[in-house]
Amino acid sequence: MTQAVEITSEIVAEHGLTEDEYKIILDRLGRSPNLTELGIFSVMWSEHCSYKSSRRHLGKFLTSGKRVIQGPGENAGVIDIDDGDAIIFKMESHNHPSYIEPYQGAATGVGGIMRDVFTMGARPIALMNALRFGEPSHPKTKSLVDGVVAGIGGYGNCVGVPTVGGETNFHKGYNGNILVNAMCVGLARTDNVFYSAAKGVGNPIFYVGSKTGRDGIHGATMASAEFDDDSDEKRPTVQVGDPFTEKLLIEACMELMATDAIIAIQDMGAAGLTSSSIEMADKGGVGVELNLDDVPQREDGMTAYEMMLSESQERMLMVIQPGKEQLAFDIFEKWELDVAQIGSTTDTGRLVLNHGGKIVCDIPIAPLADDAPNYDRPHIATPKRDEINADNIALSDLNKAVLDIMGSPDIASRRWIWEQYDRHVMTDTVDSSQSGGDAAIVRIHGTNKAVAITTDVTPRYCEADPYEGGKQCVAETWRNLTCVGADPIAITDCLNFGNPERPEIMGQFVGCIEGMNEACRAFDYPVVSGNVSLYNETNGQAIPPTPAVGGVGLIPDLDFYTTLAGAKKGDALLLIGETTGWIGSSLYLREIANMETGAPPPVDLEQEKKHGDYVRRLIRDRRVHAAHDCSDGGLMVAATEMALAADLGLNIQRPADSCAISGWYFGEDQARYLLAVDANSVNPILSTADSLGIKAQQIGTFGGNNLTSNDGLNIELSKVRTTYEAWFPKLMS
Amino acid sequence: MKTAVIVFPASNCDRDAAMALEKVTGRKAEMIWHRETEIPSDIDFVVIPGGFSYGDYLRCGAIASRSPIVKDIVAKAEKGLPVAGFCNGFQILAETGLLPGALMRNKGLKFVCRPERLTIANGNSRYTSAYGNTKEVVFPVAHHDGNYYADDKTLNILEKEGRVIFKYADNPNGSARDIAGICNDHGNVFGMMPHPERAIDPLHGGTDGLTFFKSIIESI
Amino acid sequence: MKAIVHIGLKPGVLDPQGRAIARSLTDLGFDSVTGARQGKVIELDIKGNDAEKARQDVTDMCEKLLANTVIESYRIDIEN
Repeated sequence: MTQAVEITSEIVAEHGLTEDEYKIILDRLGRSPNLTELGIFSVMWSEHCSYKSSRRHLGKFLTSGKRVIQGPGENAGVIDIDDGDAIIFKMESHNHPSYIEPYQGAATGVGGIMRDVFTMGARPIALMNALRFGEPSHPKTKSLVDGVVAGIGGYGNCVGVPTVGGETNFHKGYNGNILVNAMCVGLARTDNVFYSAAKGVGNPIFYVGSKTGRDGIHGATMASAEFDDDSDEKRPTVQVGDPFTEKLLIEACMELMATDAIIAIQDMGAAGLTSSSIEMADKGGVGVELNLDDVPQREDGMTAYEMMLSESQERMLMVIQPGKEQLAFDIFEKWELDVAQIGSTTDTGRLVLNHGGKIVCDIPIAPLADDAPNYDRPHIATPKRDEINADNIALSDLNKAVLDIMGSPDIASRRWIWEQYDRHVMTDTVDSSQSGGDAAIVRIHGTNKAVAITTDVTPRYCEADPYEGGKQCVAETWRNLTCVGADPIAITDCLNFGNPERPEIMGQFVGCIEGMNEACRAFDYPVVSGNVSLYNETNGQAIPPTPAVGGVGLIPDLDFYTTLAGAKKGDALLLIGETTGWIGSSLYLREIANMETGAPPPVDLEQEKKHGDYVRRLIRDRRVHAAHDCSDGGLMVAATEMALAADLGLNIQRPADSCAISGWYFGEDQARYLLAVDANSVNPILSTADSLGIKAQQIGTFGGNNLTSNDGLNIELSKVRTTYEAWFPKLMS
Repeated sequence: MKTAVIVFPASNCDRDAAMALEKVTGRKAEMIWHRETEIPSDIDFVVIPGGFSYGDYLRCGAIASRSPIVKDIVAKAEKGLPVAGFCNGFQILAETGLLPGALMRNKGLKFVCRPERLTIANGNSRYTSAYGNTKEVVFPVAHHDGNYYADDKTLNILEKEGRVIFKYADNPNGSARDIAGICNDHGNVFGMMPHPERAIDPLHGGTDGLTFFKSIIESI
Repeated sequence: MKAIVHIGLKPGVLDPQGRAIARSLTDLGFDSVTGARQGKVIELDIKGNDAEKARQDVTDMCEKLLANTVIESYRIDIEN
């Protein structure tokens, strides 16, 4: 069936390698590669594995800090949360597979990110997701939402890890390229974290998990020379997830990790056996020899090429301590998982593959990693947009505007989504998307401390001004963690952009990274893990730049935390921060005025820090009943969400000296918080703010059944709730 | 007082159930792997926890209900050992025939996770006696296949004999006659889709579940 | 030999999935659809060539595991 294939320039091109890249391969090998070797080079040097367009820019990020145990470069980032506990987390994209097959694409995205986390010794304790779909009226949107949400739920619910929060946006910019970014947070002990560097010579390499099939093998066209007539039936390109096996893998790995049997461990994600074996060998400075005949296989007649490039799910590779082989076999067999010793570490520095009694690959490992292309792609900055003066943006009917924006696609209740996610399993979820709050809160099992988790980005800001948008997405996660009383610690990111070979797209990428990094440094809030997803475009139409940020913070003591809910009758509503009425690139402008224009709000990082630190201090002093930051839709949306969460009316008093009415209610000035506090706390809070140079004022009082204001606003809260809850079910019906 | 929690491949509420039992009895629950063949004779109460045993393949609970330990659970339950199943545990108990009826795909076809109000339909059962005058509790539900089905004759018997223990105030899954939890004819075997073990902590889902566990523990 | 087991919900047992399929087909303009029932098919590879024995064995399998006879009925086809 398989015959030797001559490597033509067509085959090289079909593997996504440029002529220059192929020349480097010829040079390093001193001969032509065979097809298997070419396949291995092509996946290792793919954008996905090598970060060849992004690497030099990612290097700018702040990646260290006093709580950072492991920054980028491993399967996930590791931070210290005291008492010997470590939090391990990462966010990753599964955009393209989810567009092709939404259920399986999203499900395997969740499975993959969980493996990144438990590979390092952490039991997954929370899942989040950041989803971006096309416009609601687009014919594909409804079925994509349906499939993606069911897939996320189907996987996470079955494995028994709570899905506690996330965000969902709709915009026509995603019509042809949806984004499915999944984040997983796990809990480990600081003295029992596992890494991927293989060590030693002659140590056994174990394969564990599902059998290998022809799932997700890339380069569909090229391999035609290699297959017979039934090839279409044999080559599924969509990976199918099996959460049942994942759950068994977690339990088996946790059991084995409690022993001293594992030297190194790596999950088989993209590019499966190839990238896992090469990364382990490269990091440990050793060679690897594998016997592919011993790889558990789901289908007959698989070639070395197929086995090395398969993306079958729920598989792990590990280097086992010699003498502990039987222990490993026993544990995996107890959990009814496929397990095989498929090779060993060597001192040759080469990747050698045996198959059917022949050596089918023998290449040096170092060039695969060290010589991977590292491009400085040309980039041009996004032109600055004009500022928009809110005085020129009319607000004729405040009642209608509030109802319209509360029932708009990006604000309306996500109940339809989160009711499909098990948010409570493991019984440590203190707050989740159920409350609509800023950050999810998950208790560290058996303690009184908790992690707070949030995901954020405002793509319309990033599109208008990548640098300010980059600052803003980091700042918003920091604010959201602050709102629940957490100390923000670190972030993970998932950088979703269009084609990096276009200078204007590369300009967005570079601008966002520089803005993000600026904010990370201002907050001492490092990036510890992440993922880059490029080429998100269809017919030359790129997605809006979407650097999704996942922030993690620590609540040292659950006696002191707040959520969005909790305002009491008679509580004062305080606004912390400056309100200039910044309306450019706001949600109001887009949803109510039908304009997607204007410079986005600038982010004053010094102010952000000062205001956030003060809010956190007030929460720790138990002065705050409920807290919320002002983001999409400005203070009016934030205030309405607090009223809905407390099921309590609110009377808003716009100060006489305020800016234009549209900008005051719906402008999106940054560094602002709304707090519900006891009436007796108002004066001390405001006077302390004054002494710190922080603008703070009372702008309302909770009570009654209506939303009212001194500008004629008067709507029954129940009517707002109906509008807020109705949009999503209507879309999906 | 000794309690046990059965662990199947892909049980995922086993730890949650064990925590609840420890909180109420003051003693760690024994975790029993599904390949074991016998429930130790000193075990007073067995919980079959929620999860997706065997990935819900074939039918929810079907494969688990044929595992070695379940044979012994059936034998001991028929002699009076108290056994409760929540969520997937209820599905498993229905598959064994210890409890009548079956759990089908939710009427809305979607997984549903939310706090659910339940009315106590029989406050004199071994599983509800400690509730006193309380008529309503809140337990979370989280399932895809919780739509309780039994033929009319069976439903009539359940209602007549007071074996419907909890009913949904706001039926989330299409269950016949709003039934949420039932027991067998001797009152020692109980099953329901909602999760009392997720309602034992004010920071997480309320504390209505504590009284549920107190009821059965006190009855032993 | 192959035994093909068709398992479906008994008549009278509500089938929400079947109902959703029927509704969706009608929405697509297939007006001739008046109902749908969803079931599953399990193919078993069976040793030997005694069709009658195979049928007995598979019936036993259905009663013991493959079908839940509280809600499901089954039909067995044996193919050589």
